[in-house]
Amino acid sequence: MITTDILIIGAGPTGLFTVFEAGLLKLKCHLIDALPQPGGQCSEIYPKKPIYDIPGFPEILAGDLTKNLLEQSKQFEPGFTLGERAETIEKLGDGTFIVMTNKGTKHHAKIVAIAGGLGSFEPRKPLIPTILDFEDKGVEYIIKEPELYRNKKVVISGGGDSALDWAIFLSNVASEVTLIHRRNEFRGALDSVEKVQELKNLGKINLITPAEVKGILGTDKVTGVAVQKKGEDAFIIDADHFIPLFGLSPKLGPIGNWGLEIEKNAIKVNNSLDYQTNIPGIYAIGDVNTYPGKLKLILCGFHEATLMCQSAYKRIFPNKKYVMKYTTVGGVDGFDGTRKEAPKAVVKAIQ
Amino acid sequence: MQDINIKITDRNGVTHNVVAPTDMAMNLMEVVRSYELAEEGTIGICGGMAMCASCQCYVKSNHELPEISDDEDAMLAEAFHVEDNSRLGCQIQMTPEINGLEVELAPES
Repeated sequence: MITTDILIIGAGPTGLFTVFEAGLLKLKCHLIDALPQPGGQCSEIYPKKPIYDIPGFPEILAGDLTKNLLEQSKQFEPGFTLGERAETIEKLGDGTFIVMTNKGTKHHAKIVAIAGGLGSFEPRKPLIPTILDFEDKGVEYIIKEPELYRNKKVVISGGGDSALDWAIFLSNVASEVTLIHRRNEFRGALDSVEKVQELKNLGKINLITPAEVKGILGTDKVTGVAVQKKGEDAFIIDADHFIPLFGLSPKLGPIGNWGLEIEKNAIKVNNSLDYQTNIPGIYAIGDVNTYPGKLKLILCGFHEATLMCQSAYKRIFPNKKYVMKYTTVGGVDGFDGTRKEAPKAVVKAIQ
Repeated sequence: MQDINIKITDRNGVTHNVVAPTDMAMNLMEVVRSYELAEEGTIGICGGMAMCASCQCYVKSNHELPEISDDEDAMLAEAFHVEDNSRLGCQIQMTPEINGLEVELAPES
């Protein structure tokens, strides 16, 4: 069981900044995210795109913002449960919470801060009628264990970076790799596109374009896929695995069933006070919340995180006196023993 | 500054006649959101970068629209429910030339 003061669901910019604000109050944070890396949309959808409305940064790439936020909070030693989705929540008699992920990892926290953005990123599934029946029986939307494909026949579909990169990687693992895309053109890093061309020429990747997988064959596991080139009859390719890689899209998911008040696919919070939800001890900050006048901006998430941490502190230590301190005055004391502080001025007479 | 009329059929098949400003640098996805014609969180997920296809729509009228950029084209190549008249709403700017445009929102995916 992982224990922490504030359990943050979602490791996007708002969640990452919460670690810093909580750290100033000596509260420890742990983050859960369905993605395998921190940064949320900033790292998953648009790491190379610039953002112009982060105060103090006339221009910053989303990927660099993520890097900076991790750097800013690293002395507060946040814990991470990555690649897992928060699934269930239980409120204990003492007002604390147990949150379990889809992989059974349990987290015990005094406060839960949902910073889940638009939800957890789920693979986009192609519109093949029987595809759900073959999930984990030869159909995988995310490659977790490349060795699974050793000496197997693999069909990948998709036209972006992940389709290209995995086709390249698996060409050395699988006995047969077929890459299928609806167009002749691929969108990816130039290196990857050229590498696939080279592997195709060497006969190590079987490329079928423009074409689509229209059906899956097999009884209790995948034995092949039906492929159709535009305007032609479908044909069958033998396959042990079919890996559709069409990117990820965010879904609110299980959080929607936690008894929280939901409006417009977002969690209603009290914005006149502290961004708490209808369940005391559970807060929602950043793009995942809604209130009159809400704007889904990173900078608003930062503000919400800051107020939420003050409220969390009061909830954890109801009788402790505390006033907010400026970091310039109080410095930053890390949980790792480091200290940042403003250099002291010298007081010395000039003769 | 001129407002234009756009006919938008939502995902439930209901057609709405909406008025869109041409002086606010708005695109079709944003017009749909401003009139709340699709559930919040199901459209414009990437914010309008042609990187998610949640604003895909079918163009029903014969307006001449700006050409499809490489980014939009590549995104449509990976989207679902794509037809010959598919476009990404976020790439269609509100200009006087598209007054009377008729579109239908593609299903959520």
